[in-house]
Amino acid sequence: MIEKQYNITSAEGIHARPASVLVGALAPFKSEVTLEWNDKKVNLKSILGVMSLGVSSGANINIVANGEDEEQAMAKVAEIMETQGIGN
Amino acid sequence: MNQKLLSGIAASNGIAIAKAFRLENPELIVEKAAISNTDAELTRFESAVDQSKSELEIIKEHTAQQMNDEEAAIFSAHLLVLSDPELLGPITEKIRSENINAEFALQETSNMFIGLFESMDNDYMKERAADIRDVTKRVLAHLLGVSIQSPSIITDEVIIIAEDLTPSDTVQLNPLYVKGFITDIGGRTSHSAILARTLEIPAVVGAQTVMSSIRNGMTVIVDGLNGDIIVNPDAETIARYEDKKASYELQKSEWARLKNEATVTSDGHHVELGANIGTPKDVVGVLEHGGEAIGLYRTEFLYMGRNQFPTEDEQVEAYSSVLKQMDGKPTVVRTLDIGGDKELSYLQLPKELNPFLGLRAIRLCLEMEDMFRTQLRALLRASIHGNLKIMFPMIATIEEFRQAKTLFLEEKAKLENEQIEVSNTIEVGIMVEIPSTAVMADIFAKEVDFFSIGTNDLIQYTMAADRMNERISYLYQPFNPAILRLVKNVIDAAHKEGKWTGMCGEMAGDEIAIPILLGLGLDEFSMSASSILKARTQISKLSKMEMESHIDAILSLSTSEEVVSYMNKLSGMKK
Repeated sequence: MIEKQYNITSAEGIHARPASVLVGALAPFKSEVTLEWNDKKVNLKSILGVMSLGVSSGANINIVANGEDEEQAMAKVAEIMETQGIGN
Repeated sequence: MNQKLLSGIAASNGIAIAKAFRLENPELIVEKAAISNTDAELTRFESAVDQSKSELEIIKEHTAQQMNDEEAAIFSAHLLVLSDPELLGPITEKIRSENINAEFALQETSNMFIGLFESMDNDYMKERAADIRDVTKRVLAHLLGVSIQSPSIITDEVIIIAEDLTPSDTVQLNPLYVKGFITDIGGRTSHSAILARTLEIPAVVGAQTVMSSIRNGMTVIVDGLNGDIIVNPDAETIARYEDKKASYELQKSEWARLKNEATVTSDGHHVELGANIGTPKDVVGVLEHGGEAIGLYRTEFLYMGRNQFPTEDEQVEAYSSVLKQMDGKPTVVRTLDIGGDKELSYLQLPKELNPFLGLRAIRLCLEMEDMFRTQLRALLRASIHGNLKIMFPMIATIEEFRQAKTLFLEEKAKLENEQIEVSNTIEVGIMVEIPSTAVMADIFAKEVDFFSIGTNDLIQYTMAADRMNERISYLYQPFNPAILRLVKNVIDAAHKEGKWTGMCGEMAGDEIAIPILLGLGLDEFSMSASSILKARTQISKLSKMEMESHIDAILSLSTSEEVVSYMNKLSGMKK
């Protein structure tokens, strides 16, 4: 299991578009990936889960990947966080 | 039949007159049933999901071609919903373990999510419930074998009447036939409203009673400018709206023509029309409305709605984003204007008896030097991305300006030492909103690069009238000759030193004020983006020389009312 913290810098937080890109990109991975914020935890492969959390700009979130391809899944998260300007 | 007036929320500008076409959504009735073959039920469910996905792929493709990728992204999100493990998991689980039909399992699960989003304390999230409803309804219709009426079948000029339009309905609207639409539910931020604005179809949403009161074929007028709906209009009303429609369309084409034009008076004098913004997202609207500059970027929003100061990097990102989008056009950023009525939860400032006259804006920044230096550094780092101008708010004395400017130069030197590239052409100016500064403008003009007059505060400080206090609202007088004389003093002082003066208060976009400001020689007018094209149209018809010739007469009037009636007489406007 690996985890990593991110600070959300995108002005709109993780809403529709950034959420779609993140969730869409994680679909092929076998690992379980979760997003934790404000004492709540959702499946990062679930668009409804991620949207329902409504992560806002400036939030500090925790992402946990667990499974055979956890490293690759985490690398994908990092890549999207950066290329989409979501957070760092 | 009697004419009837209904109303709703104006969602997309324009006027349409046509026959009503009711877009009925079949009631999809779901009954709970026990099933014997769970594998067959699961297969039936999967195939309904697959069929829905391929339809959505087609709609998405169609939308990307007809409109743009941003609208098409809605359907990417819909497709993700149909792959969502948190939605599909519970459904298949219910079918398998409870032996219930797919329709019921789908409805129960999707209702849970719809309820979750609808209960959120945020309009944007509430609207997302409509997305879930749209996408799950499609699957449900496939399961029930019901075909959903599609707006693409319409081939006559109509106004669509519906309870609600789903995003997939809206993208199928052909503006050639669909002249407007009215829905009973929805708000200005629903997808259908946003798409209507993109397609430039007049629309009224949230009208509540249209489905129960309008039948197919009735003549309907939809006024998307103010939200009015007229059912069965008489000949006189139709004629009136034909006129209103024609003048709106004329104005729209005039505005469209002026969008990419410079702002020039009838006698060839150029002034700059800019916009006031609060966040980087606002820049799109500025460019859409033909803004030539940003005259005021209020940076406080970066600091608000959070629980700690924004970091230097976060600020660099926001400022760079604005500068890049403006692509070399002048961008005036106001440094943090907090305190007074604007509070930050994480900044425990002692309560003041007189916050508008207290520790706020530049006064607070000079006291909290680290916070201020961070903002200046961020601005300097972003400066290479565009045409940045910085202004300090609430300057009362020349020492305050010198102190702030020194901090700016120190941070600039530090960055240069760190080998970080910064622009060498950043202008540094001040807001003029305190009477002492307006009076001393000649002294300031020697040291600042520009002035921007903040009328809202200048009026309240000059008249000693709290603008939040309704009992003395009569003292809020933009046209009081005292204000106009101060404005003149500032503009003249700037011009004497070869500097420029802008204005970023409400007054800059006011149609009575514009001719006066033009005559006074104002160089830049900054207003809300949606006022720009109207102001540009007005200015193109005004002569600067003519307005100059009225200034002495206007400034020697005694009262605000006299100024307003002088201007009304001049423009031939009826009051």
